[in-house]
Amino acid sequence: MKRFILLHVCFLAAAFCISAPVKPASAELEGLIKVDGSSTVYPITEAVAEEFQIPHPKVKITVGISGTGGGFKKFGRGEVDISDASRPIKPKEAELCKENKIEYIELPVAFDGLAVMVNPKNTWCDSLTVEELKKIWEPEAEGKIMKWSQIRPEWPDKEIRLFGPGVDSGTFDYFTEAICGKSGASRGDFTPSEDDNVLVQGIATDEGALGYFGVAYYDANQDKLKLLGIDDGNPSNGNGPIKPTLETVLNDTYKPLARPIFIYANKEAAAKRPEVAEFIRYYMINSAPLVKEVGYIPLPERAYFLAYDRFKRGITGSVFGGEDSKGKTVEQLLSKEEH
Amino acid sequence: MVTETKEPPLQHTCPHGKKPGRRWNNIIFQAVAITALVATVSVLILLLVDISIDGIPRLNWTFLSHYPSRKPEMAGILSALVGSGCLVFLTGLIAFPIGVGAAIYLEEYAGNNWFSKIIEVNIANLAGVPSIIYGLLGLEVFVRIMHMDRSLLAGACTLALLVLPMIIIASREAMRTVPVSIREASFAVGATRWETIRYHVLPLAFPGILTGTILALSRAIGEAAPLIPIGALTYVAFLPDSPLAPFTALPIQIFNWISRPQKGFADNAAAGSIVLLVVLLLMNAGAIWLRNRYQKKLH
Repeated sequence: MKRFILLHVCFLAAAFCISAPVKPASAELEGLIKVDGSSTVYPITEAVAEEFQIPHPKVKITVGISGTGGGFKKFGRGEVDISDASRPIKPKEAELCKENKIEYIELPVAFDGLAVMVNPKNTWCDSLTVEELKKIWEPEAEGKIMKWSQIRPEWPDKEIRLFGPGVDSGTFDYFTEAICGKSGASRGDFTPSEDDNVLVQGIATDEGALGYFGVAYYDANQDKLKLLGIDDGNPSNGNGPIKPTLETVLNDTYKPLARPIFIYANKEAAAKRPEVAEFIRYYMINSAPLVKEVGYIPLPERAYFLAYDRFKRGITGSVFGGEDSKGKTVEQLLSKEEH
Repeated sequence: MVTETKEPPLQHTCPHGKKPGRRWNNIIFQAVAITALVATVSVLILLLVDISIDGIPRLNWTFLSHYPSRKPEMAGILSALVGSGCLVFLTGLIAFPIGVGAAIYLEEYAGNNWFSKIIEVNIANLAGVPSIIYGLLGLEVFVRIMHMDRSLLAGACTLALLVLPMIIIASREAMRTVPVSIREASFAVGATRWETIRYHVLPLAFPGILTGTILALSRAIGEAAPLIPIGALTYVAFLPDSPLAPFTALPIQIFNWISRPQKGFADNAAAGSIVLLVVLLLMNAGAIWLRNRYQKKLH
């Protein structure tokens, strides 16, 4: 008993004695880089961090998943250096950054296509138009559009069951904005899940199912799902229904469900701490093959170059968030200041 | 074991003679009880078989000694395993003295008044609070107000709050089993209250306190919900070097792998679950071993 108490006191003392960090003589980079945010961007940041730590073993990188919104909250309070985001920053989040005097640099890192899928046993539906998608998903459809025959009369009189990401995800924000015109505008009577594997299971086991999520999850489950083509009714960017592939996302014809995804860097952290600046440089230069490896679509080479150039020149603010960003390519947006 | 229960010869002792339905009632009740047991155990076995099929091929030294990776076959749980270990160790260091202290006060010092009754009711209530609430409390109090940042220490303090009610309740139960006559004998030879507690009550209650503490800690190690708001991270490729270091934990790592699209990560999640189960089993076995060891010494 006595020994136990003594031991306990010793452990307590040992545990709370934090040894002072020892500085090495060399100019090797070291430090702690904190990244948090979207679960969509997470695999890319994880891959870059993993590679970055090979030449820079003394730099510690942590990556968390709090969702795009949660990540911006921490970023806006200055708790993290880099925020992973699957959509551009919202005015409210930009406001929080301003309040805490945090300047940010917006860097697109990849494209994510949102795939719209049905069950493989669904023989009637191969594609949908944006209008039809809107008819299915808009808030007014709740409790009304319940059967496939209500979308196209020649389709069977079967019940349609909907699956989608949870309302806190950037994917939900993006889809609702692209299809229904307003971020967050969606019917409520669908099966939501923050875990996309649950959505895969749902669509794979229900003949009347329709759902959407990131194309990486379709790639890993191609045998269980049927991918639909999407027709935006605008022949100038590709005629008829188009499926999300590397080509259609890159040549800007898979519209409107291809989106760029981002990291947001704290300008001050990058300016003051060489390890943060080096990590972002490494991210912009090396991410293309890593992006592909984890299931996303890399940006055109020039876009990475332009983005890194913006970072080097310390250009803050968002060019992707505003109303006038619609219909422009990543390169056009990134080179905005040059005109 | 249950199937072999012998029917007691009730018919002979019963003064009112045989009632035809009673024998059947007995059989039916036994069948219901067996069904309940089979249902519970088969769910457990199903789960174990399921994770074993997916997870056992992944269980090797690489898995235990590697950091997380984008390649499922290269990914390991080293940082999560060490993180969970440190977390539970710190949680124990914080919760054990406070919990036992509170239990001693409530059991030995506090009178039977309204104040101690309110405390008792509150402790019982706290044991039932959903763990995510502790996480939110920890985020505000430890991470933000006390500036512990998203560190091991903040996580351990939060988990300590979570297990405190359990430790207090278990410790009180253990002290209550010490016969009053021993306390009275101690007082009778002139010992003070502290001496009585120190030399008689605590040594006798110690095995029970220890078991209760370890069982409470083994609940803490499986918790993910309170750690998510605190900021347990998903990708950590280094080991914590101080209580203020950022960390990840086994349940968080498993949760992350299970939500990835590739099948390889699902297998990793299963393997991670097996590791977590083994850790839990070891802790519980440790509790039993310690209890037996101390009990032998004292009697």
